[in-house]
Amino acid sequence: MASYNLTHLKQLEAEAIYIMREVAAQFERPVLLFSGGKDSIVMTRLAEKAFHPAKMPFPLMHIDTGHNFPETIAFRDKLVERLGVQLIVGSVQESIDQGKAQEEKGPNPSRNGLQTITLLDKIEEYGFDAAFGGARRDEEKARAKERFFSHRDEFGQWDPKNQRPELWNLFNGRKNPGEHFRVFPLSNWTEMDVWQYIAMEGLEIPSIYFSHEREVVNRGGILLAKSEFITLMEGEEYEKKTIRFRTVGDASCTGAVESPAATLEDIIQEVASARVTERGGRADDRRSEAAMEDRKKQGYF
Amino acid sequence: MSENNTIAKTPEVDNHYLNMDLLRFTTAGSVDDGKSTLIGRLLFDSKAIFEDQIEAIERSSKQRGTEYVDLSLLTDGLRAEREQGITIDVAYRYFATPRRKFIIADTPGHIQYTRNMVTGASTANLAIILVDARHGVVEQTRRHAFIASLLQIKHLVLCVNKMDLVDYSEEVFNNIQKDFQEFSSKLNVPDIRFIPISALKGDNVVDKSKNMDWYNGSTLLYTLETVNIASDQNHVDSRFPVQYVVRPQSDKYHDFRGYAGRIAGGVFKPGDEVLALPSGFTSKIKTIESYEDKLEEAFAPMSVTLTLEDDIDISRGDMLVKPNNQPEVGQDIELMVCWLNQKPLQERGKYIVQHTTKTAKCIVKEVRYKVNINTLHRLEDDKNIGLNDVGRIQIRTTEPLFYDSYKKNRNTGSVIIIDQFTNETIGAGMII
Repeated sequence: MASYNLTHLKQLEAEAIYIMREVAAQFERPVLLFSGGKDSIVMTRLAEKAFHPAKMPFPLMHIDTGHNFPETIAFRDKLVERLGVQLIVGSVQESIDQGKAQEEKGPNPSRNGLQTITLLDKIEEYGFDAAFGGARRDEEKARAKERFFSHRDEFGQWDPKNQRPELWNLFNGRKNPGEHFRVFPLSNWTEMDVWQYIAMEGLEIPSIYFSHEREVVNRGGILLAKSEFITLMEGEEYEKKTIRFRTVGDASCTGAVESPAATLEDIIQEVASARVTERGGRADDRRSEAAMEDRKKQGYF
Repeated sequence: MSENNTIAKTPEVDNHYLNMDLLRFTTAGSVDDGKSTLIGRLLFDSKAIFEDQIEAIERSSKQRGTEYVDLSLLTDGLRAEREQGITIDVAYRYFATPRRKFIIADTPGHIQYTRNMVTGASTANLAIILVDARHGVVEQTRRHAFIASLLQIKHLVLCVNKMDLVDYSEEVFNNIQKDFQEFSSKLNVPDIRFIPISALKGDNVVDKSKNMDWYNGSTLLYTLETVNIASDQNHVDSRFPVQYVVRPQSDKYHDFRGYAGRIAGGVFKPGDEVLALPSGFTSKIKTIESYEDKLEEAFAPMSVTLTLEDDIDISRGDMLVKPNNQPEVGQDIELMVCWLNQKPLQERGKYIVQHTTKTAKCIVKEVRYKVNINTLHRLEDDKNIGLNDVGRIQIRTTEPLFYDSYKKNRNTGSVIIIDQFTNETIGAGMII
C-alpha cells in the first residue's frame, strides 16, 4: 500500500489554506493584513494557493507607521503588482494629523501602539468583518493561547477570558453586527517553519532579512538602525556592523542581529542555533511582561 | 548582554526538514504531577526555549518571591492566569527534532477543565498522562484516560513521574502499570505505553536513565519521535466536503469551476467516479488542481481543488464521495457530547450545529444518560448536562448531514454545537 504521509510543512500549508478558504466562505468582507515582513509574504503565497487559479478574494491592507525601511515598501509594491490585488494603506501619520492618535514622547517614540488606532479605523471604514494576520503562537506568551478565529467585540477588543473553544477543524465565525474576527492561519507555525517554507517555495523576501552593513546604535542591548526616526541619547553613537533583521516592523523599534547569513540556508542554520527569540529584539515587547497581552486587548494585531 | 545579538553560523546545508513529519500531542496532569517541568525539559533540551524567555521567567520568579526558576511561568501565558496561579486555557507549544515537529496542546488538569482537555485532545495523535509515582493512579488519571479514549486518541503514554522520589523502584512502577491496565481494559485505546521518568532529573525523558537498568523500553522523546501515526488518518473511506467554489473571473479560466476543500478521508484520483451529496448526481474527477501543477492523487488531510467532467450544481456544504462507499445520510443523530458552557444543555433546546463545512439548526430530542467520567458509569437518572459534563444525546437537524461515526472518521464524525443567541461554541459532539 502506498504511504499517505504529508511532511510537516505540507500539513501546515494544508491547514492554513483550509483556514483561508473557511474565512472566504464564512465572512463577507475579509482583508489580509500585510506588513511586508516574512510572515505576511508567506500568507500571500498561501492565499494564492488557496484560491488558484482565481485571484484571492480579498484586498491586502498595510498599516503604515511611516517609520519604514524603504526596502520593504519597494518590495510591497512589486508584490502587489504581481498579485493584481487591491492594496489599502492605513496611515498612522494621517491618524496623528487628524488628532485621532498622539505621538509618543521621548528619544525612542514607537508608533507600534498607534497602529491599533489606524487599524481599527480602517476596519470600520471599509466594513471588514475578518482580518487575516500572520501572528504565530510561538512568538510570544500571550499568543500561545490565541485562537485561529479570534473574536473581537465592537470596540475591536480581545477578551482572553471570552474566547471560543476550537475543536477539530470546525471554526465558528458567527458574530453580531459590528464585531469582527482576527484570523491567524499561521498559528501553528514556528519561526523555523516560516523560514523553511520560504526556502521550499523559493519565495522572495526583502533584502533587509539578509546580512548587510548598516549603521546601528546599541540601545539597552537592542541594535537599532540609523534613521531619521531615532534621536541619539547622551553617550550613544552609531557604529557600522554586519547585521540583518529577524523581523520587519516599525524601523524605530525593530532590532537587528549581527549576522553573516547571506542566503536562506544560512538563515535556517542560524535560526536553528539561535538562543534568543525573534521578538527578543523588539523594544516594544520589552516594556513590560504583559506588554503584548495589553496591546492585544486594545485591538493590536 | 550584547553577545545576545551575535549568532553563530554553521556551514553545511541541511535539508532534512523536507522529510520531517508532524506529531500533535496533548499533556494532561495537574501542577503537582510535574507537567510543567516535563514540558520545560522537552522544550529546553530541544532548544525551543530561548535565553530571553528564560530571563523573563527568572525575572518574574524573583518578583514573586519563588526561590527556584518556575517553569510553569513559561506555559501560563496570560496575566490573569499568573495572578491566580492557575492555567485556565489550552496553551500550544512547539518544538522539533530532526525527525519530527511537535505541537503540544498543554491542558490544565483540574476537574473543572474537562472542556480544555477535550479541546486539546480533539486534534491530538497522542496523549501523555502523568502520574506521580508516590500517589499512583488517581481519579484524575482515570478521567484523563477516559477523555483520551472518548476523543479516539490512538496512542497513550502513561509517564510515571518522580521516580527519583521512590528510589527508582521497579516494583512501584509495575504496580502502577498493573493498576492502570485494569482500568484501561475498559477503554478503547489500541496503543498504551508506560515509561518511568523523572522530569526534574531528566531520567528517560530525552536521555536513557542510568538509575533504572530494569527498564528496557524507549525514552519519552524517542517514543514521541518514532510512534507510527501514518495509519491514524482514514485513507479508506473517501470524503470531500466542499468548502468553497472557485470561479475565476478571468478570460483565461472563463469556464473553470473548481471545488475547493480539505480531504476528510480516503484517496481521490483523476478519473475516479464521484457522487455528490445531497443531489445524488455522479461525475468523474477531471483534475486535482494545486498551485504548482495537477496532482496524480490527493488524500487526507490535503487541501486541494477538484474539477469534474460534468457541470453539476455543487456548493459549500455538499460532499463528494465514491458511489460504492457512501457515508450515513440523516437528520436523527446520536452523539456523545461534552458540554463547554456555563449554561447547561437544554432538553428540547434549539441550537446551531456545525459539521464539516455544513451548518444547520438542531433540536435536542433526548438526553439518554450522563457519564460519570471518573468511574465510566452511565447515570440514566441524571440527565442534567452542565459545564464539563459528558453525556449521550439524540439530536434532530433541520437538514440531513453526511456523516460517519467518530470512531471511523474524526473529520466526518465530529460536530460543534453553537448557541444561536450568543454565537458561542457550547458543545463538542462525537457521532456514535
